[in-house]
Amino acid sequence: MDLKTIIENIDLILLTEERDFSCIPVHSAYMSDLLSCVMTGAKPHSVWITLIANINIVAVASLLDISAIIITEDAQPDQETIDRANMEEIVLLSTEASSYTVAGKLWEMGIKEH
Amino acid sequence: MSSTTILSDSSASRITRVEELAYELTIAEVMTRNPITLDINASMRDALDVIGKAKISGAPVTRDGKLIGILSVEDLIRSLRDGRIERKVTLYMTQNVITVHEYDQVVEALKIFASTKVGRLPVVDAHNNLIGILTKGDISNGVLKALQNDIEAEELIRYRASHLFEDIVSDRTSLILRYAIKKGDFLHGGAASNRIKKALLRLGASNQIARKCGIAVYEAEMNLIIHTTNGGFLRVEVEHNKIVMEAYDDGPGIPDIEKAMTPGFSTATHEVRNKGFGAGMGLVNINNCVDEMIINSSPEKGTNLHMIIYLDKLSKQG
Repeated sequence: MDLKTIIENIDLILLTEERDFSCIPVHSAYMSDLLSCVMTGAKPHSVWITLIANINIVAVASLLDISAIIITEDAQPDQETIDRANMEEIVLLSTEASSYTVAGKLWEMGIKEH
Repeated sequence: MSSTTILSDSSASRITRVEELAYELTIAEVMTRNPITLDINASMRDALDVIGKAKISGAPVTRDGKLIGILSVEDLIRSLRDGRIERKVTLYMTQNVITVHEYDQVVEALKIFASTKVGRLPVVDAHNNLIGILTKGDISNGVLKALQNDIEAEELIRYRASHLFEDIVSDRTSLILRYAIKKGDFLHGGAASNRIKKALLRLGASNQIARKCGIAVYEAEMNLIIHTTNGGFLRVEVEHNKIVMEAYDDGPGIPDIEKAMTPGFSTATHEVRNKGFGAGMGLVNINNCVDEMIINSSPEKGTNLHMIIYLDKLSKQG
């Protein structure tokens, strides 16, 4: 599965710069709002679902080589966070839906690895 | 030879290096240059001499360097059977020759070999001047040579990386990275650990080692930001056989280290928890990432967290 398909299917809003998302493969996803859990749980090149929108999520994603962060419940990161994400080439996506709903949709799309 | 297949997106992801090379290599890189040729005025007897002596199974026929046909051993046999060995090669050669161009990819030649019965392809330039000849053997040799180059390039990178660590031990020095971490600086939280991880990758550390060090140092970095009185320092020392990471501060110290090591136990404030911290897993995560972890802490001297990852052990684990 590629990130483009996910963005289109789940109707996610892109917060960072436009890129060729069809070239970004996604094999797994991880959902948590505790950074230490993400540290041990999230795999490289995965998608991370969270409702945390502060700048620390970019540092964690960059450290773990996470491809994209889906920020749920309409939580909005500030400009500094978005700028940092662009610099670190982390894709930030936003949705009104809850983390549970997003996870469910990804599961239905066939992403069942965590 | 199997027939040519068209690659779909899904099968493209499973493409082998050999298949890749068929697209990367040009015919000029694998063909035989200055091939043995027959002049347009040569007789079949001349051809028999040339082809017999060179032990080849055919040769292109040229006029002033331009390709006009190709003569095979089968053509020679036909002329012998007919008893017309003194006739010219132009009588027996194949005139409408399938050719390839020097800058074509090898895959173009493979397609022709797969769909026709030809065993050799003359290589011509834009003006039909013969510049080489290509057989399936040439392609196999070219691909094998390219694979060998791949392996040598990879070995060189590995050698350089490992050599760096060897240099370190021979000089009896080590590489030290040091970062000052400010109390409450959530804005730059993770910046130092990210830099450390990138530095280790550049030094030739494997992804696995860099990731483990990154996670351990990140947790230590966030502890300095969240829990210290005045911030602290991160210090990473790269030696030839281990990476030693240290986080130290001047207070307030950890009252009960055993409790702090309990998964889920946290003293983080509500405000800090809202930022996603305070899972009570920091020290537990560190302990899982490193081979050795030592904490010394007192209210007077502050906390010193000592973490070691052994490189030999990790590389053995793959």
